[in-house]
Amino acid sequence: MTAAIFSAAAVPRLQLTGITKRYPAVVANSEVALRVEPGEIHAVLGENGAGKSTLMKIIYGAVRPDAGSMQVDGQTVVIRNPQQARALGIGMVFQHFNLFDTLTVAENVWLGLGKHLSLAEVSRRISATTQEYGLQLEPARPVHTLSVGERQRVEIVRALLSKPRLLILDEPTSVLTPQAVENLFSTLRQLAARGCSILYISHKLHEIRALCTACTVLRGGKVSGVCDPRQESNASLSRLMIGAEPPALEPRAVTLGATVLEVRDLSLAREDQFGVDLQHVALTVRAGEVVGIAGVSGNGQKELLYALSGEDTRAAAASIRVEGQGVGQLNPARRRALGLHFVPEERLGRGAVPTLSLAHNLLLTRKNAVGRGGWLHLRALQAQATDLIARFGVKAGGPHAAAQSLSGGNLQKFIVGREIAANPRLLIVSQPTWGVDVGAAVQIRGEILKLAGSGCAVLVVSEELEELFDICDRLYVMARGQMSPSLPRAHATVALVGQWMSGLWHDTAGTALTETGAPHAQA
Amino acid sequence: MLKLEARPQPSRLWRYASPLLALLITVLIGVLLFAALGKDPVRGLQIFFWEPIKSPYALGELMVKATPLLIIALGLAVCFRSNVWNIGAEGQFVIGAVAAGGVALLADKSTGPWIVVFIVLAGVLGGMAWAGITALLKDRFNANEILVSLMLVYVADMVLNYLVFGPWKDPAGYNFPQTKTFEAVTQIPRLMPGSRVSIGLLLGLAGAAALWLYLFRTYTGFAQQVGGLAPGAARYAGFSSRKALWVALLTSGGAAGLAGALEVAGPIGQLTPYVPAGYGFAAIIVAFVGRLHPAGMALSAILMSMFYIGGELAQSRLGLPKSLTGVFQGLLLFCLLACDTLITYRIQFRKALR
Repeated sequence: MTAAIFSAAAVPRLQLTGITKRYPAVVANSEVALRVEPGEIHAVLGENGAGKSTLMKIIYGAVRPDAGSMQVDGQTVVIRNPQQARALGIGMVFQHFNLFDTLTVAENVWLGLGKHLSLAEVSRRISATTQEYGLQLEPARPVHTLSVGERQRVEIVRALLSKPRLLILDEPTSVLTPQAVENLFSTLRQLAARGCSILYISHKLHEIRALCTACTVLRGGKVSGVCDPRQESNASLSRLMIGAEPPALEPRAVTLGATVLEVRDLSLAREDQFGVDLQHVALTVRAGEVVGIAGVSGNGQKELLYALSGEDTRAAAASIRVEGQGVGQLNPARRRALGLHFVPEERLGRGAVPTLSLAHNLLLTRKNAVGRGGWLHLRALQAQATDLIARFGVKAGGPHAAAQSLSGGNLQKFIVGREIAANPRLLIVSQPTWGVDVGAAVQIRGEILKLAGSGCAVLVVSEELEELFDICDRLYVMARGQMSPSLPRAHATVALVGQWMSGLWHDTAGTALTETGAPHAQA
Repeated sequence: MLKLEARPQPSRLWRYASPLLALLITVLIGVLLFAALGKDPVRGLQIFFWEPIKSPYALGELMVKATPLLIIALGLAVCFRSNVWNIGAEGQFVIGAVAAGGVALLADKSTGPWIVVFIVLAGVLGGMAWAGITALLKDRFNANEILVSLMLVYVADMVLNYLVFGPWKDPAGYNFPQTKTFEAVTQIPRLMPGSRVSIGLLLGLAGAAALWLYLFRTYTGFAQQVGGLAPGAARYAGFSSRKALWVALLTSGGAAGLAGALEVAGPIGQLTPYVPAGYGFAAIIVAFVGRLHPAGMALSAILMSMFYIGGELAQSRLGLPKSLTGVFQGLLLFCLLACDTLITYRIQFRKALR
């Protein structure tokens, strides 16, 4: 590769030594060293909370380290703010885009560049850059008409216009279809071939192995290893990342029962301006099976979940049936009484009240400690919370700990546990392991499978294909507010599901279902 | 160099210490204010903080003013805890007073003491109806409740003025804009002879206890507050935000109306253009200084009552304008908001780097 042009003795593009950053409750980075060569695609791998984001913010000048030094092209520098970082040739593409929906692509890019250029000049430069890298992007289009992948391109082009010599990408693929990920990778390889160094932050092992030529692994704020990911396996990288290999899920026998959830011809106009209209959505979930909904987020999953949970009661009553009863217009509490429990993807502020204790958060969906006349039995409530904390291994200060004091993974365990312990007839889970560390993710998936094994119908909505392939018996794919036909796990491949994520199931639906391939290996 | 640093979690200590620190700063600024006005600061403080508690009679007067403040604040706490920003308790107080006054005017020499029950009920219903307008407009048209409730204060004042300048004016009152003095039988029963403290104080204390039970020991009270803490979680749980809106506004409207009834059929004894004394606005400060907690609000109502009495005494004894009361009230709220920063942040003293 191009990296070979530069000898090992060459001056590194970026070198960090002894970077330490302490926060009141936690040491985010401790004595971190990082060396990025020119033209190298360097992965920074670690679980959520391992200190990746803090490290990137330090490099980009958004956070100042307590100790340590930083060299760019051999010069020791102290970066005080992002402007200075950009002046040094460091660009960053954030996980959450900073774009104005009502402005055009060119106007958004222009805002980041400053006034000395005219809009026409900016548009010309955007076109030149997109042609250079084979990116498709029209400067005159308003951002709200763009897909998520296209929005990311705007951010990348914005970063590229400042001719960076080091580009940082923070979890860039979490919003992309597999095909869009391939396009991104080819752009990044071109960029690296021209000598730009890339720092690629991720916790997705297969992507790092496919793309990166070097890898620094963080665990608990410390560097736990530096390696060449092309020489490593998922298992060895995972050991570096979490200190152990994640236990495998046990295979299970599926006994299918009666249909529990049936959605028929569910159409709903969007509630907010940038939402998605649901169009003739149909799906079924039977007792004892785990059904997954794949798709890039923003294709109607949020709207569908609102309609299924009862947070949106505009659907026709008969369009959503739970065990035969039309529930489309019932509120969440009434649906819960029928055995429908739901774990939303936002934990703080939706699944739990941040400032309330874990015990009080039980009251959102559980009424075990509510006595006659609506009186609360606080002792019973605390006992219930204590049981749940013990049963699901939640690391918390006790039943009185505020929900916001828990880490994402622990709060997720608590919320999933709260709904599972209610013995639901139907459990709907959105992004069960989003931002959750590997150990907790395995535990949560295990609990979901155990619940299905006991005869509960489970519907999982996730962006992580790997996860869906791991736990689901059947899959649907959502694209532009429409639902694909059902796809048995045995017939699902990454390529096929990726194609369906773009809404192209009409051509392949017939052939896919007649294919008799063995379950495919993961990418 | 001073630096604010976010705390890992909100400080419990400062949640309760912040109002005390705010009071201290308010007093310090008060001292400077008295000095700047050429008055003896010690004398000034004495008037605000000693005179109102130095005799049983003074204590009684302190309670007379604290009662409406507490009752209104209790209702407002339900609102603010459920994220409903009712700023118009003053208007609900006035309409409650008007409705209660209307019933009191029906009494004549032969009326029995049962009339008091209807006076109080009329006050509660009047306040609820006035707050209900805000709830209806918010519910149906998503009108901002802050603006609507605030503007309705001025409408309520107009209604009161229309009545006392017009149809309800005392024919034997030398054309003064006021109703006739209510019959003695309409007087809210007093607790003891020689003091103006009425059973309103007991109602206020019972209300505080009831509010505590509702907020912290009932499921509906829990559901009511979730909407204020995290609207998304309330929607997820299936707690109706419409119900929360109506409950909050009707409760606070009813409480303010009750205070209005107790006031006109108690210390005032007739309807005049001076019924609106700013209790509805001062109660907002009472609610926040008392941390929206029933016990805290009982204490802050007494404090705010001291400011009222102190302001009046400062006028007669020191020759200072009565608006001093408003200055102190505003200062206290202002200092509280500043001190509340300490709940989520701590101050670090550091030598400048470099």
